[in-house]
Amino acid sequence: MGFIWFWLVAIMLVAYVVLDGFDIGVGILHPFLAHNEQERQLMLRSIGPVWDGNEVWLLAGGGTLYFAFPPLYASAFSGFYLALMIVLWLLIGRGASIELRMQINIGVWKSFFDGLFFFSSAVLAIFYGAALANVIRGVPLHQDGYFFLPLWTNWRIGPQPGILDWYTVIGGVVALVALAEHGALYLAVKTEAALQERSRTMAHRLWVLLLLLTIVSLPASIVVRADTLANYRAYPIAFLVPAAVVLALLGMLQFSRKGADGKAFACSCVYLTVMLVGAALGLYPRLLPSTTGSQYDITIDKSLSGPHTLHVGLIWWAFGMCLALLYFIIVYRTFRGKVSLEGGGYGH
Amino acid sequence: MDAMLLHRIHFAFTVIYHYLFPQLTMGLALLIVVLKTIAIRHKDERYNQAARFWGKIFAINFLLGVVTGIPMEFQFGTNWSQFARTTGGVIGQPLAMEGVFSFFLESAFLGLFLFGEKRLSPWKHWGAAFLVFVGSWISGFFIIVTNAWMQHPVAYAVLPNGGYEVTSFWGLLSNPWALLEYAHNMSGAVVTAAFVMCSVGAFYVLENRFPEQGKIFLRVGVVAGVISCAAQIFPTGDLHGRYLAKHQPAAVAAMEGLFSSRQGAPIVLIGQPNEEQQSIDNPIVVNDVLSFLIYGTTKAEVKGLDEFPRDQWPAPLPLLFYSYHIMAGLGTYFVLIMVIAAFLLWRGKLFQTRWVLWPLLLSFPLPYIANTAGWMTAEIGRQPWMVYGLIRTSDGYSKYVTASTSLFTLLGFMGIYTVTSILFIVLVYRIIDKGPAIGERLDGSKSLPTLA
Repeated sequence: MGFIWFWLVAIMLVAYVVLDGFDIGVGILHPFLAHNEQERQLMLRSIGPVWDGNEVWLLAGGGTLYFAFPPLYASAFSGFYLALMIVLWLLIGRGASIELRMQINIGVWKSFFDGLFFFSSAVLAIFYGAALANVIRGVPLHQDGYFFLPLWTNWRIGPQPGILDWYTVIGGVVALVALAEHGALYLAVKTEAALQERSRTMAHRLWVLLLLLTIVSLPASIVVRADTLANYRAYPIAFLVPAAVVLALLGMLQFSRKGADGKAFACSCVYLTVMLVGAALGLYPRLLPSTTGSQYDITIDKSLSGPHTLHVGLIWWAFGMCLALLYFIIVYRTFRGKVSLEGGGYGH
Repeated sequence: MDAMLLHRIHFAFTVIYHYLFPQLTMGLALLIVVLKTIAIRHKDERYNQAARFWGKIFAINFLLGVVTGIPMEFQFGTNWSQFARTTGGVIGQPLAMEGVFSFFLESAFLGLFLFGEKRLSPWKHWGAAFLVFVGSWISGFFIIVTNAWMQHPVAYAVLPNGGYEVTSFWGLLSNPWALLEYAHNMSGAVVTAAFVMCSVGAFYVLENRFPEQGKIFLRVGVVAGVISCAAQIFPTGDLHGRYLAKHQPAAVAAMEGLFSSRQGAPIVLIGQPNEEQQSIDNPIVVNDVLSFLIYGTTKAEVKGLDEFPRDQWPAPLPLLFYSYHIMAGLGTYFVLIMVIAAFLLWRGKLFQTRWVLWPLLLSFPLPYIANTAGWMTAEIGRQPWMVYGLIRTSDGYSKYVTASTSLFTLLGFMGIYTVTSILFIVLVYRIIDKGPAIGERLDGSKSLPTLA
């Protein structure tokens, strides 16, 4: 049961990163790719009908985490208190910037929300990457299963680290570049002409950076936490995951060069998925490792909910996911194809 | 400063602010479906215009509901981690289900409703509006199930590690408390939407701008208002009150300011509870009424606060007393004004009766206050328990998050919500000022006027 729920929660969080990832990426690239008002509107329109649904994966995934592993939820959410509150504020700012920009046709109003859209998207990406890096590195858990991390201490990794140190900052930068790349490839699918060309060029440039960062992040993770590789050594088939990372990276560039934007974007989805799966494989069966000694690790067994809860949960979860899938198919089908400005301003 | 108090204020502030938006979302979703149904059945394009106009306000309101709602789910873990740790196996369930069954539905079909009118046939577009309504009402249900379990825990067992687990999934979902609370709460949401719609309608009619639309808003708003305001008191409020008296007698005694048990207990219409003297200052009372309301007979004995140890009194007691009286007082006013308006509407005189249009114009903030006061009654009345009879509030908050850290983020939320409030008011005012444009779709494209 613990195994199943570990991967169900992982699937939901992966879905969140892959889906909300591209609209965060669009936000990161918004000031760089759009050269005029028309293009700025086009970029927003490309995510307008879907960003909110994408964000629901965070809520649904968070809720599922809460009910399947309550002690983990309690410990992690109170321990990362400051970072999470900042994430909440950024989510508020991002939602507002996407939806409120077109409400008033005044230059400074729009520029303000453009700036907020970029800022909140970029910082969110960094925080998400840093969050994952925090989980991989571990936190100073007390005996009672709680911890409280300051935002930063001395930027070094020790038994008493902060939320931001050199390793988690690398994680943040990887996420920033990976989601920007993801967004660029998405825009290449959804746009035409000059904007599409610019998106492709941007994707090609970012790709080099992403390759370098991916190569750096792997040994960094092993330096920070040597037992990350334990599962890989025990089950060598797991090395397929890093192989898939490499293939997905190559695919992104190759397909994008050939103008097969859809396939390039699909490769980016695969890239994000296998990167996260790779991290999850490194963690399993831990949920949150401790820097103060492995006896304090929060593991699946220590934090699993009761059996009845989890059995019933499987039934409604499967049913609910089928429905969610259906909704997503309907929405993405309705808004398929290139985005255009025909039909007036975005939204209103 | 006291950490528990700050965590309480942190949650209270963010949840009260958050719920200003969903109450309109849920009520308005229903009224938009009504407007679109009339538009299709009577082939009346004016009702489509009305639906589009309210769709614009709905979109902004929905957005603020979403962005202020995400912090609510997070706060169980951030500020109330002890509570989250032990009860996650129970209330994590409805919270996760809310995400899976409601938010996906709402977000998917809101996009179709707002951006898809041109791409969809009228019935499909109606379907999108209907599913947004269903999604928002399912969301309300799961939140109420969560709260109802805290008010009246059912269908649970204690695990060896001290956590709680659900023993019956259906038992949790069909908690009688949840069903009563849901009915009362949803009818309260419709009250808000009805008053907001009436207010805009009265504004247009009194101002003689878009009077045709104004009359539609008043017609739909008054009919929805009279039904929901009546339902708010009877049966939903009445049944909920009796159930409360049975299961949380200390809360009822505090709400009513009944310090000592007595037969033929009075109802206090107005007054100020005095905890030191254990009496009500400057009271206006009606004898026997409380006994009658709870037990249906004027002679029945109602338990007073003296029956309960001091450490089980809800606190802060005066705030509970006032919240309840504000809710009940406003609820009575709502019935009064809506019955008068409905009578005049029926006689065909409402649109000329300025002394009724004026209160309808000005009353729109009152349901927000009444809904907030109702929730404060429920939540303060539950104190000192976080889960009634099982977990005290003082055992629920995050011990490692200091009072000062909680204050830091509380101030952050206050700052952000000040800005969002200003934006909301400015943007909604602009929409109302611009009025329902003729023949314009939500996505900005032009529609052909229907030939009547």
